[in-house]
Amino acid sequence: MLEVKNLFCERDERVLFSNLNFGIGAGEVVQIEGQNGSGKTTLLRILCGLNESYEGELFWQQKDIAEVRDDYFSQMLYVGHLAGVKSTLTAEENLEWMQQLDPALGKVSIAEALKSVGLYGFEDVPCYTLSAGQQRRVGLARLYLSTAPLWILDEPFTALDKKGVAEKEALLAQHVLNGGSVILTTHHDLNIPGYTVRRINLDEVARS
Amino acid sequence: MNFFMAAVRRDLVLALRRRSDIVNPLAFFLMVGVMFPLAVSPEAKFLAQVAPGVIWVAALLACLLSADGIFRSDFDDGSLEQMLVSPQPLVFIVLAKVLSHWLMSGFCLALMSPLLAMMLFLPSEGYGALVASLLLGTPTLSLLGAIGAGLTVGLRKGGILISLLILPLYIPVLIFGAGTVLAGSMGLPIAGYLALLGALLVLSAMLAPFAIAAALKISVRG
Repeated sequence: MLEVKNLFCERDERVLFSNLNFGIGAGEVVQIEGQNGSGKTTLLRILCGLNESYEGELFWQQKDIAEVRDDYFSQMLYVGHLAGVKSTLTAEENLEWMQQLDPALGKVSIAEALKSVGLYGFEDVPCYTLSAGQQRRVGLARLYLSTAPLWILDEPFTALDKKGVAEKEALLAQHVLNGGSVILTTHHDLNIPGYTVRRINLDEVARS
Repeated sequence: MNFFMAAVRRDLVLALRRRSDIVNPLAFFLMVGVMFPLAVSPEAKFLAQVAPGVIWVAALLACLLSADGIFRSDFDDGSLEQMLVSPQPLVFIVLAKVLSHWLMSGFCLALMSPLLAMMLFLPSEGYGALVASLLLGTPTLSLLGAIGAGLTVGLRKGGILISLLILPLYIPVLIFGAGTVLAGSMGLPIAGYLALLGALLVLSAMLAPFAIAAALKISVRG
């Protein structure tokens, strides 16, 4: 689906990665590894079109990504470091807005998604009254709503409890089983039932 | 269209839940009207002469004061990133945000302006011109302010920079806006002034959304 060719990126005169090549097909999970500051987030932001200070080529379904941007954006879901959750809105209002932004978020109803992330009963309180983990869950409720084939997740498990992480891992397994793909960064030992995760280590890429 | 309305509604709901953001510019506007006669001269004849300029300067600075916040919170909590990676056109989102900013600032200022006019002894013939000029002029201020806000949103302290960037662009609006009120208060025709303000509005409404969208992309991708 997504293909990266000869990617080069430097920041503050430090090369983060050069000559980076990889592709991700349907039903694959790629975990980007590396120490803090190795450029994991930068790489994901490049893949989402949120960072354009790179050299190299990106292809979506064999076409240059700049040419099929609208198509790409409607089939990609990005959950970043910042959850994009407005603290003065309620969980329900936040998800309604996200649905407006991205019509592909319509797999199940919002109430069902909130129930799946364990926020049943919290849907109509402002998000600033929720804990950090619960706010994170509001952002991750998008995964339950999403029909997009490609998920790009930047540290999705921060602030989640063990049960929450296990649920998300099961969700990723489900997504992959249905032919979806996931690119993610996490420091957590990813354990997707019945699936081996492909790993790309940016520290090794930088050394080679 | 549905999406546009939803975007406007979201911003209005957000603004109504944080009332201080709405009240601040209005309170500033009102305070100028209260302080000015105390500091300069309470004489009715003198105040009537300077009222058009003072009210317009106060309105302009009140708009400038609130411009910095147009994209700030969306940038801070990651909502802006989501807008950039969404399949919806950024220009629409931007236009909706500017519209709701105007409803909360310029529109309210225009509604409040007769009160200020009364405090500054503006001749009653000028009231209509004042409200009309503010209704036509302040949307331009919001549009231009959003360009500056978009360019500086990625910086930690954008407050001073945004003033430097957009104040020069505000000057034509200020000149024609204050001119409208002055002409109106002397009983002269104001149609020509209003046409100029309208032209400025049409021009900025057509071009500014693209500039704002480009500015936001630069700020987020930088």
